[in-house]
Amino acid sequence: MAKITLDNLAHSYLPNPKSEDDFALKQMTHDWADGEAYALLGSSGCGKSTLLNIISGLLIPSQGRILFDGVDVTDQPTAARNIAQVFQFPVVYDTMTVKENLAFPLKNRGLPADEIARRVQKVGAMIGMEAELNRKARGLTADAKQKISLGRGMVREDVNALLFDEPLTVIDPHMKWELRTQLKKLHHDFGHTMIYVTHDQTEALTFADKVVVMYDGRVVQIGTPEELFETPEHTFVGYFIGSPGMNVLPARIEGDRAMVGDGSIPLARGYGALKGKVEIGVRPEYGRLVTQGGLPVTVNRVEDVGRHKIIRATFFGHDINLVAGEDQQVPADGARVEFEPERVNVYSDDWRVVGQAA
Amino acid sequence: MDKTVNQKAWFLVLPVLVLVAFSAVIPLMTVVNYSVQDTFGNNQFFWAGLEWFSEMLESQRMWDALWRQLTFSAIILAIEVPLGIFVALNMPKKGFWASVCLVLMSLPLLIPWNVVGTIWQIFGRVDIGLLGYTLSKLGISYNYTQDIFAAWVTVIVMDVWHWTSLVALLAYAGLQSIPDAYYQAAKIDQASRWKVFRYIELPKMTGVLMIAILLRFMDSFMIYTEPFVVTGGGPGNATTFLSIDLVKMALGQFDLGPAAAFSLMYFLVILLISWVFYTVMTNLDKRDATS
Repeated sequence: MAKITLDNLAHSYLPNPKSEDDFALKQMTHDWADGEAYALLGSSGCGKSTLLNIISGLLIPSQGRILFDGVDVTDQPTAARNIAQVFQFPVVYDTMTVKENLAFPLKNRGLPADEIARRVQKVGAMIGMEAELNRKARGLTADAKQKISLGRGMVREDVNALLFDEPLTVIDPHMKWELRTQLKKLHHDFGHTMIYVTHDQTEALTFADKVVVMYDGRVVQIGTPEELFETPEHTFVGYFIGSPGMNVLPARIEGDRAMVGDGSIPLARGYGALKGKVEIGVRPEYGRLVTQGGLPVTVNRVEDVGRHKIIRATFFGHDINLVAGEDQQVPADGARVEFEPERVNVYSDDWRVVGQAA
Repeated sequence: MDKTVNQKAWFLVLPVLVLVAFSAVIPLMTVVNYSVQDTFGNNQFFWAGLEWFSEMLESQRMWDALWRQLTFSAIILAIEVPLGIFVALNMPKKGFWASVCLVLMSLPLLIPWNVVGTIWQIFGRVDIGLLGYTLSKLGISYNYTQDIFAAWVTVIVMDVWHWTSLVALLAYAGLQSIPDAYYQAAKIDQASRWKVFRYIELPKMTGVLMIAILLRFMDSFMIYTEPFVVTGGGPGNATTFLSIDLVKMALGQFDLGPAAAFSLMYFLVILLISWVFYTVMTNLDKRDATS
């Protein structure tokens, strides 16, 4: 168990990176606190797996250092870092039995036989494969194989960190919940530092204490699920998290009002002169259809998703989404919308701007 | 659904029947025909029944050739398979040098058999061959035309030189199909190099290795041209393998009957071994699918 520090870390797959665009992972400095469970969330190709492989030592970063509890491990091989990692696609040793598969990492580290047997039995129960321990791993289904891969990651109790690279992609939904619960329990029991890569926001939000959102090779926000939802620091966080994502509208800011087209939206705070591309972001949950006041909006479509309705609308020429309760009436025309001023965030060049004190 | 009965459909199978008849059935039947008859020339044949078969089964000459043949096949397999795997493991995985290696490895496979034989025949000569001359200058007695051991070594080294590439290329293809994640997982699990080979690479190569072994066994079991050009089956009969012996009997001595019986038994042995291989391989596949 260790605190992991990334110090000015950056990585490029090219031998001679020139511009910042050549870097798969842009320069970053972060601490991953000891014993926390992190989810690394981002769309495909944003550098999540690269970062994970650098932490486990499968990749050597182009620049910067990585420290475990203050000790520089940048040049240490994977074996010396004492890390467990589970990959997206199942890796099992075909010619071994399930039991031998689970025991493999322990055997390689020379643990006594009775200790190995004890842990294998325990992990076998955790992944629900006690009955199949003596069977050959060859020919098992993909999700059984992935459970073995997970098991091999969980069987080591003294690891510095447990890394998961989208491990539940091939598992069926019912088993997903169960395994995620097991992982949380494991984290609770042993307090490993865990990093869990996923592009599924539900998975990220339910698994982790802290969610790390990555976009285009950068960490754009680290926060609790609530922080990510209420105050996305970057427009990407806004529309990547939430279903549907945040409405991001180009705007002009005039003091404590935002102008979208001809519409004037009240803000909770005042903002000074802003540089670059200015946008406002407001979650669909914080816009309400009203009959009086507010601003005019054209409702295009209403989608009933069961628990609530999603309203697709046009607001001064921009597409927006709103979430309304099941029982709310949606007027056919002449609809107006009102946003909660406290919940309207202002972005300059995609980054959130903190307003002046009211 | 009712099937339409139309016997005319048989005509559609006709082309392939004709092709197989001319390429396989008729030649084979000619051999069968010779194997049960005797002739004293003049194109006059007499019924001989299974006489040639029993004569061949009792012939020390055929058994000797068979044992030489099996020994040869066993030795070259024992060398070429591990060596081929070793070469494949050490080839670069990608990039410019991978292509260079692939081209170099393919070269011996493209050389015609009799040319390979000629190359080694000259290479090994004590008077002008680079190998033979060097060895004799080093004081090592080497003469493949007189010394049985030298003749065997030459024939085996020649086959290894010619065909190890095939095993290496097949093994290389097998290795290339292993996803990176396996190697990464092995690193995480702290597996040693040997364990990576034993538990990841070897199991993943089983399929292609079976094919490599089958191909090399069949080819070496039927080998003719190369040893014939180099040693001519000698010294004495030391490198007279089955097909060399067969040709001697059929064309040299013109004993058509015994040679035909011999060919049929040779054919049956190959058929039997192929069938065993096929059964083993399909069972392996089945085990993969169901167990």
